[in-house]
Amino acid sequence: MYRAFWKIVKRDLQLQKRRGADALTAVMFFVLACSLFPLALGPSPEDLAWVAGSIIWVALLLAVILSLDPLLRVDFEDGTLEQWLLSSYPLSLLLAARVLSHGIWVGIPLWCMATVVAVLLQLPDKAIGTLMLSLALGIPCLSLIGLMGVSLTLGLRQGGLLLALLLLPLYIPVLIFGAGAVNQSLEGLPIQGHLALLAALLLLAIPLAPWVAARSLRFSIQ
Amino acid sequence: MKKILQYLAPYLSLPGFCQWSHRWWPWTAGFCLLLWIAGLVQSLFLSPVDYQQGEAVRMMYVHVPAAIWSLSVYSIMGIASLASLIWRTKLMDVLAQASAPIGLSFTVIALATGSIWGKPMWGTWWVWDARLTSELILLFFYMGYIALQKAAEDHRQASRLSAILAVIGLLDVPIVHYSVRWWNTLHQTSSFENISRPQIAASMLWPLLMMMAAFGLYYVTLLFLSMRTQIVTQHADRLWVKRLVQEQRC
Repeated sequence: MYRAFWKIVKRDLQLQKRRGADALTAVMFFVLACSLFPLALGPSPEDLAWVAGSIIWVALLLAVILSLDPLLRVDFEDGTLEQWLLSSYPLSLLLAARVLSHGIWVGIPLWCMATVVAVLLQLPDKAIGTLMLSLALGIPCLSLIGLMGVSLTLGLRQGGLLLALLLLPLYIPVLIFGAGAVNQSLEGLPIQGHLALLAALLLLAIPLAPWVAARSLRFSIQ
Repeated sequence: MKKILQYLAPYLSLPGFCQWSHRWWPWTAGFCLLLWIAGLVQSLFLSPVDYQQGEAVRMMYVHVPAAIWSLSVYSIMGIASLASLIWRTKLMDVLAQASAPIGLSFTVIALATGSIWGKPMWGTWWVWDARLTSELILLFFYMGYIALQKAAEDHRQASRLSAILAVIGLLDVPIVHYSVRWWNTLHQTSSFENISRPQIAASMLWPLLMMMAAFGLYYVTLLFLSMRTQIVTQHADRLWVKRLVQEQRC
């Protein structure tokens, strides 16, 4: 069973490697969206430092939603997903493998780029560590919740727009605790509470999200 | 449990529901109208004026019932969806789908009356207070649910997918509620706790309870009507529908 899991992860990563630039689109969108804010807010470093954490979190949310659209679409169109449904392995496990590979080819580049953007946006050094920690807990959450959204909207008209409409309200708790942790550390307050709640959300999402997604995929593919 | 289900089964089947809701809806509608008139007269003319808020307090009698029912309808929707996923009961499906637009309109009423009430009282249309924000997010949940339901072409698929979304929402609404509360209290203390949770006098409580009951009966009446319309239009080609319609029993 676990061999199938790792095989899917390996296959996805190899496909991404061959396709090359695809994975970078979301990262480029993220950098571009972040760099629009100084243009709108003005270049003053003090102002930027206060909002940098929030900007990065919101832009990241949008970048993840954009990156989710092709998560299952290619496999849906060429029929691989139907084979997953028919296979003897639990569908939730196969979906979890897909989320893991999504985390590797989108999550990690986004996470690395967020450090660079944080420096560009004048986020103080003491808050950068917190931002990294909160993102490390938050990005997997976003991917997992995103998987549920994707499996609900797969094969529907206007799938992409609908996906954003469904996912943004579900992302609100992650945003609150993630950006909240960064803001707490800017004010020199303890951050353990926020990070613990983020971790709790992640622990809730790891078992539940692939299971729910598997359930809804059986309905959305007919 | 089995006996209860056996007893209830004829009422929970689609033809059964069509018949008894046809018999019952004039009663719920009538009581709703009575309570509505009595409650409005009580709350708009007879109930005392608040010593702090003056006449503006009368907004409460519309605002609070709408807000409470907006959340209750969402819970009913989520529980009905869960029931429809577990037992595959069509009636629960129809119930959840018919509830969504009604709940959405309650949410809109709560938000609109809230900001009309907030302008003279707090001096602003909108505050990013925990309660207001979670009501706004509830509105987004309703809109997402309805959008998903409309997007699927096949109505069976639409009902299954939106049922899953409603169940996810049922789990997520409390998380959102508490996260919003902690988010807000971490930044600023709520300065109007005493207004949003007043110690209420009996002369104000009774009209409020009447209005709440009127809103509830209004929801039930609309539910009966729109569920029956949905059932009949979806099963228009079935024999039992034709028979019930001909005999004017539905």
